[in-house]
Amino acid sequence: MQITLSVNGRSHTLDVPENTLLVDIIRERLRLTGTHVGCDTSQCGACTVHMDGRAVKSCTVLAGQADGASITTIEGIGTVDALHPMQAAFRECHALQCGFCTPGMIMTAIDLVENTSQLDGSTVREGLKGNLCRCTGYHNIVKAVLSAADKA
Amino acid sequence: MGNPVTGIGAAVVRREDARFITGAGRYTDDIRVEGQAYAVFVRSPYAHARIVEIDCAQASEIPGVVAILTGDDMQADGIGSLPCGWNVTQKDGTDMRVPPHPPLATGHVNYVGDPVAVVVAESLETARQAAEAVAVEFDELPPVVDLATAQVSAEIHAGITHNLAYEWELGDREATDAALAGAAHVTRLDLVNNRLIPNAMEPRAALGIHDAATGEHTLYTTSQNPHLARLILSAFVNVAPEHKLRIIAPDVGGGFGSKIFVYGEETTVIWAARRLRRPVKWTADRSESFLADAHGRDHLTHAELGLDAEGRFVALKVHTVANLGAYLSTFASAVPTYLYGTLLAGQYRTPCIHVEVHGVYTNTAPVDAYRGAGRPEATYVVERIVENAARETGRDPAELRRLNMIRPEDFPYQTPVALVYDTGNYEQSLDRALELADYRGFSERRRQSAANGRRRGIGFACYIEACGLAPSRLAISLGAGVGLYESGEVRFNPTGSVTVFTGTHSHGQGHETTFAQVVSHRLGVPFEAVEVVHGDTGRIEFGLGTYGSRSLAVGGSALVLAADKVIEKGRLIAAHLMESSPDNVDFEDGAYRLKDSNRSMTIQEVAFASYVPGNYPDGLEPGLSEKAFYDPENFTYPAGTHIAEVEVDEQTGVVSLVNFIAVDDFGRIVNPLVVHGQVHGGVAQGVGQALLEVGRYDATGQLLTGTMMDYCLPRADDLPDFVVDTTVTPCTHNPLGVKGCGEAGAIGSPAAVMNAVTDALGVPDLAMPATPEKVWRELRRQREQA
Repeated sequence: MQITLSVNGRSHTLDVPENTLLVDIIRERLRLTGTHVGCDTSQCGACTVHMDGRAVKSCTVLAGQADGASITTIEGIGTVDALHPMQAAFRECHALQCGFCTPGMIMTAIDLVENTSQLDGSTVREGLKGNLCRCTGYHNIVKAVLSAADKA
Repeated sequence: MGNPVTGIGAAVVRREDARFITGAGRYTDDIRVEGQAYAVFVRSPYAHARIVEIDCAQASEIPGVVAILTGDDMQADGIGSLPCGWNVTQKDGTDMRVPPHPPLATGHVNYVGDPVAVVVAESLETARQAAEAVAVEFDELPPVVDLATAQVSAEIHAGITHNLAYEWELGDREATDAALAGAAHVTRLDLVNNRLIPNAMEPRAALGIHDAATGEHTLYTTSQNPHLARLILSAFVNVAPEHKLRIIAPDVGGGFGSKIFVYGEETTVIWAARRLRRPVKWTADRSESFLADAHGRDHLTHAELGLDAEGRFVALKVHTVANLGAYLSTFASAVPTYLYGTLLAGQYRTPCIHVEVHGVYTNTAPVDAYRGAGRPEATYVVERIVENAARETGRDPAELRRLNMIRPEDFPYQTPVALVYDTGNYEQSLDRALELADYRGFSERRRQSAANGRRRGIGFACYIEACGLAPSRLAISLGAGVGLYESGEVRFNPTGSVTVFTGTHSHGQGHETTFAQVVSHRLGVPFEAVEVVHGDTGRIEFGLGTYGSRSLAVGGSALVLAADKVIEKGRLIAAHLMESSPDNVDFEDGAYRLKDSNRSMTIQEVAFASYVPGNYPDGLEPGLSEKAFYDPENFTYPAGTHIAEVEVDEQTGVVSLVNFIAVDDFGRIVNPLVVHGQVHGGVAQGVGQALLEVGRYDATGQLLTGTMMDYCLPRADDLPDFVVDTTVTPCTHNPLGVKGCGEAGAIGSPAAVMNAVTDALGVPDLAMPATPEKVWRELRRQREQA
């Protein structure tokens, strides 16, 4: 099937098999490898991206569902010289270790801050429970999200 | 002096983060090379079976299939068995018994997930499809799954009777028995240390490339120790000569031990790349990780602790059956022996200790080192039984520990189980933890919880661990197949920047930052001028990698030695250039200064002169780059106190961890930001073991916990914020005074949490994990009995 989608502000028209997953389009077709695959049951959240402004696990989105959508990946939110405030907060708070869950975690966290009115430790933890991290024990991730929310 | 902002002790924000937070990390699966084919493994659906026939005819017909290869093809190419790197000597003096471990199974399969064949195809989709079409005929054999009865079950490997790899012992059995017989009180406890599945977030992956023209093999892979992998693949498995094999471990998404080992899949990938003359890529999906990554823990233990009338420990006797799984993985044999039995003294002056361990094969995934590796199991035994002894004898658990602790004046302390602790101050960390936990206020908090239908419990763990496994001479005499040193190189570039090469590997630990802190501090050059290179056998001379919390204590020490050599050579050059003698030249804060005048020059100026040696000492080699190997003279001994406080919901059995305090003595600290992060992560894994995680097989050997929907990894809302603090007694025998911090969190926390849970429930034991169901059943049992 042919689909057209915008990824990080660039429009792409692609021919893909119908069973193609959005994460495979992002990683394999567009070679945006910041979005990761950490599981095969939509549990880990490492593949989280924004689709039309909301966080989605791109391993559960089929190509057809992404047709016409506007996608933002970790590569699209900031650069080393102009970090997104959430990226900066993750670095300042040491909210990452191996870095594998980090892109998905940051994309979820941005959605959480943008779409939740009152955040505290417990709501942040609730909001992040779809994203697994095996390194940090979440302690510094929670700190980073609250810190970014404070500045937002 | 060092720079207070970037030197040793400074909370420097990690430089590696820049690539990870922007999506620019480069993990193995992110790498794609021209012409790469995709590998998918055909795995055994049975725990134990004979392979009758592998029929690839139909699968081979699928368009896009490049090849289907089996264990027989591998053997025909001379690829050998995967070795175990540590030969444990049994108590009768004979060697342990090791079955062959072919990278692809030949003849028999021994666990569900055992790789039987590999399909290589033009696309991943085709490879998956063809793997489904490979028809393997199996003749099922009775599986041995239950650890408790494995020694009296059918033989898994021909000739290995009772499925026993070894019977091993340590300590004085007679003295221990006698002391127990004379004890005023004996506490007895049977414990299960639950099987864990590591689950680093990045699954294992490999990309093999062979250059037929040069004969060079390059393997990109998710390894914690690429040089060790190269050594094993070359020397024992016969994949390629060592000088023709380059292993690159690029960014690696966590390891926790599971990426130390040399597995069949990675071995197959590099061999297949040569055989098929094209690059081959394999990336595990998570289900494969569950089935075929080495698991951790899985012990059954009986322990007895004797106390005299005053509460002093007189003897500890331990018997453990350790599950090794279907084959002996790379370091599996050492984990329940030398990394376990030797730690049973804990922080205490127990005079007599004896431990016997039976290492047992079962038809389950191989079990090997997982964060802590033997030390969490030892701590679990010691700290659970000490807590129970306090309860049984009516003593305060903190005070009973204090009474028995090794005191500062006792160091160096020879334990009855081989180790010599160099230094520590256990009471100091206990006192700090008691203060942070507001131990005095606990009874009031317990009363308040009870008023809300919740039972509150508090639990302690005063752990010790041994890090930086060493020294080589001793370990090799005890059966280790490799040395335990680390290598490092400090290379000044002509323009004054420094490139540091380390044989350790960073997969989350932050070495690119912390090692740069160490070297810039030592050399007195800007932090920004120091770059750390790791993870590539083509760039780094040698190394043993990252495991056992060794990287800073051993690898960091090697860098200090190399930096000191650089400083000394620079002194010769500086003396010549300043027309003085070397003994008249001081080095401090990056500058050489004459003692008798105010002349000075920076080490970076000296570096330039060394590469442009117009005015240069006679007979001295140009250049300013030095290597060092550091072989520690002893382990380091981090120790500390962890305190957990839990609430148990009477209605649902849900255990909430409401407070967790970790006070750890890691010796000197290079970067507190990184150290605290290591503790947080370790504690989370330990809490996961206590409350959530268990790898479970059914009676036929099918893994019941084979996805993230069945195996309960801690999520953000399962955990509280942690309270973390440190005390400092510098290690006495390495140049940095450091001890290692990577595993402590996972070592102390399971015992602390389970002591809190059993305190809340008023029971002597509950098997981990303390799931709501298990706790609810216990609560119901208590209600029915009441």
